[in-house]
Amino acid sequence: MEHSPPPFFKTGPTPLARLLIFSTLSLAFLVADVRFNYLASLRQVAAVILYPLQRIAAAPAGIVQRIGDFFVTHSSLRADNERLARENFENGALLQRLKALEAENTQLRNLLAARDRLPVKLHVAEVLYAARDPFTRKIIIDRGSQNDVQAGQPVVDNRGVVGQVTRVYPWLSEVTLVTDKSQFVPVQNVRNGLRAVVGGTGSDGTLELRFVPVQADYQNGDELVTSGIDGVYPAGLPVAQVTQVERSATQIFARITCTPLGGVANYNQVLVVASDSTFPPRPVDAKKAPPRAKKGKAG
Amino acid sequence: MADARFAPQEILLPVKAAHIALSLAVALMLNLLPWSGAWLWIKPDFVALVVLYWCIEQPRKVGFVSAWVLGLFMDVADGSLFGQHALAYSILAYAGIVLHRRVRMFSGTPQVLHVVVLLLMNDLIVLAIRLAAGAEFPGLQYFIGSFTAGALWLPLGVLLKLPQRPRTDPDL
Repeated sequence: MEHSPPPFFKTGPTPLARLLIFSTLSLAFLVADVRFNYLASLRQVAAVILYPLQRIAAAPAGIVQRIGDFFVTHSSLRADNERLARENFENGALLQRLKALEAENTQLRNLLAARDRLPVKLHVAEVLYAARDPFTRKIIIDRGSQNDVQAGQPVVDNRGVVGQVTRVYPWLSEVTLVTDKSQFVPVQNVRNGLRAVVGGTGSDGTLELRFVPVQADYQNGDELVTSGIDGVYPAGLPVAQVTQVERSATQIFARITCTPLGGVANYNQVLVVASDSTFPPRPVDAKKAPPRAKKGKAG
Repeated sequence: MADARFAPQEILLPVKAAHIALSLAVALMLNLLPWSGAWLWIKPDFVALVVLYWCIEQPRKVGFVSAWVLGLFMDVADGSLFGQHALAYSILAYAGIVLHRRVRMFSGTPQVLHVVVLLLMNDLIVLAIRLAAGAEFPGLQYFIGSFTAGALWLPLGVLLKLPQRPRTDPDL
């Protein structure tokens, strides 16, 4: 089996010594990554080396889809076309109304000397794959710092907020979904304007409203949209719908469960929202009171 | 040596470095395929499987360095903590190298049993790191992949030994 004689005398460090060296190195990396956020550049280098493999690995799915596209029947194409034409017509009417409203809104804001709403730019991105890590909810998209994607930008699809860009590589970025346990979105109830923070639960398809008082007016079916007061998410993007409200007298906060409106579990195309969120600096209090800790994002 | 538990010792050609490198690259690519839904749970960790295979078959050619570097790549690809797979694969490589003589003695099921235990240990290390970093236990389906990997162990052995088999029978 072995064609060269085993090196009896020169075998280098023993396996145990090597194990100690490499585990120490890994642990050092772990600590540096978790606690101090060093090693970002090393990650970038590894990501660039890995990029061709990732593209090759994503290719078969694309090919399968293209083959599927090739074999669509004439009737389904006709049906699609009809549906799209109808939608286009309806959306056209809506768009005209929206334009009129936008013009009116700008005028009113001018009258009130209020700041204009931020213009928003959208990049279309393809979802390459869902991260294999079972502990987090992340997807990898095919736009990166070379396409002006920045960490912190919100990611939406045609139905609502999907997540937020959390790490950017040259040609790829990682998007943490709203269902991730560490992801929070400031929201507003469309029905009554109540503001709150919605957070992921770590399982697909459920979000949770955090720290909402028991008396707060939430009902099943309430739609939650981004409130826009955080400067990250533009205002008015649909986020979730309330599905269950539990109030118990022994708890300070109500347990409010919601389902995300964006397609967090289907992976095709998403939009990365780039808004120049140059918020004005925090107003200085007249009394120069010592700055209190941030009041949190909930209103 | 008539006992069926022990593997027949084959005479194989020396393994080429390119063959090892290619198999590791293919394993990395299989891990990067866009798995989703239930497949994500069923799918084995191909990189861990192939690294373990080479550590057992060729402990002098494949070892800590390749295991560790592949671990770093997996961490970048998954967006997980930098070093968690590197640590797990290093320990896996250590177990493979220390146990390689023993595992190679066995054939069939006993060998698979060794492999499944080693891969479960690999899972447990990653789990311990994530729990320490504040994650929640993702459920018992987390361990399914290691059993799938165990089922793939014997076919993988046949596949990876193909280029090492002599072209013609030397006895003829």
